[in-house]
Amino acid sequence: MSDAVAVLIVMTIGTYALKSVGPLVLGARSLPVRVQALVDLLPAALLAALTLVSTVGSGASISIDARLVGVVVAAIALWRRAPFVLVVLVAAAATALVRLLA
Amino acid sequence: MPHTDVVGKTAGDLQQAAARRVIRRQAASIIAAVAPFGIVFGASAATAGFTMLEAIGFSALVFGGSSQFAAAEILGDGGSIASAAVAGLLLNVRSLAFGVIMAPALTGAFWQRAAMSQLMIDESTAVGTSTTDPALRRYGYLCAGLGVFVVWNITTVLGHLVFSDAGDLINDLGLDAAGPAAFLALLWPRLRQRPQLRTAIAGAVIALVLVPIAPPGLPILAAIAGVVAAGRQTPAVIEGAGDE
Repeated sequence: MSDAVAVLIVMTIGTYALKSVGPLVLGARSLPVRVQALVDLLPAALLAALTLVSTVGSGASISIDARLVGVVVAAIALWRRAPFVLVVLVAAAATALVRLLA
Repeated sequence: MPHTDVVGKTAGDLQQAAARRVIRRQAASIIAAVAPFGIVFGASAATAGFTMLEAIGFSALVFGGSSQFAAAEILGDGGSIASAAVAGLLLNVRSLAFGVIMAPALTGAFWQRAAMSQLMIDESTAVGTSTTDPALRRYGYLCAGLGVFVVWNITTVLGHLVFSDAGDLINDLGLDAAGPAAFLALLWPRLRQRPQLRTAIAGAVIALVLVPIAPPGLPILAAIAGVVAAGRQTPAVIEGAGDE
């Protein structure tokens, strides 16, 4: 069994459990306030870490390369309210351009 | 609002039909926005070494966009099974909150609620909660959920097909920057709220500091400690939009 399949099995079961607690178990009841606050914040911490690590991480070291230019350009595109497809395209194009010129 | 007479009922029906049209239009634009994401996921999965079947497995069975990206990113970077799975699951904890919000509108037999639960994602909840009437909520949830499910899986296949044998091409076209750009796009709308912004900055700093010293995947997990940076706000404050 590949690593991907192992992760797939765990995530399928775990994610479905998370998705179905409301409709299958809780019905019209709600979560405790503290739990709700934590649930609201978790994605911000994880997505920020993923953004940064996938921008400058390469294995167990930090490497500043063309990807950083792409992500900075993506941030500018997001700030200018560009749609998702454009954000990804300009990020890729800027990265490719830097590599071409380097 | 129960309608007792025939005329009232007809007017109500017309109103429902109009409301459903608005909901379908909303769902359509959200479904269209998912397509490029699916392509990028297919490409990321291929880059991380997932087979086509594994990529489809993630999109059909897990069906949670950002968590799928995280799993591909961490495994592709040499992270362990545990760190990839836990990071992915933590990103899906918000489905728990969505389920709590949507549950009153998703009534029915056990198997119906079980089937509808699989569609519990950002997009279906967003469209589902755009109205207050339970029947319309359910309608919006199902429209967006089913539409995104179909498009997400088709575009995953397309992304994987196009980029599976293209290691050099991925670098030459700068597609390794597409993943981080996608994460940033998912994060962006949250940054408008102060506690979310503080959490994001703290999470990013924690992860960055840990990259050189911790095994791949662990820095991402450790970032959840960033939530303490949000401070001791109550959820009412956290959800308040008056923080800009």
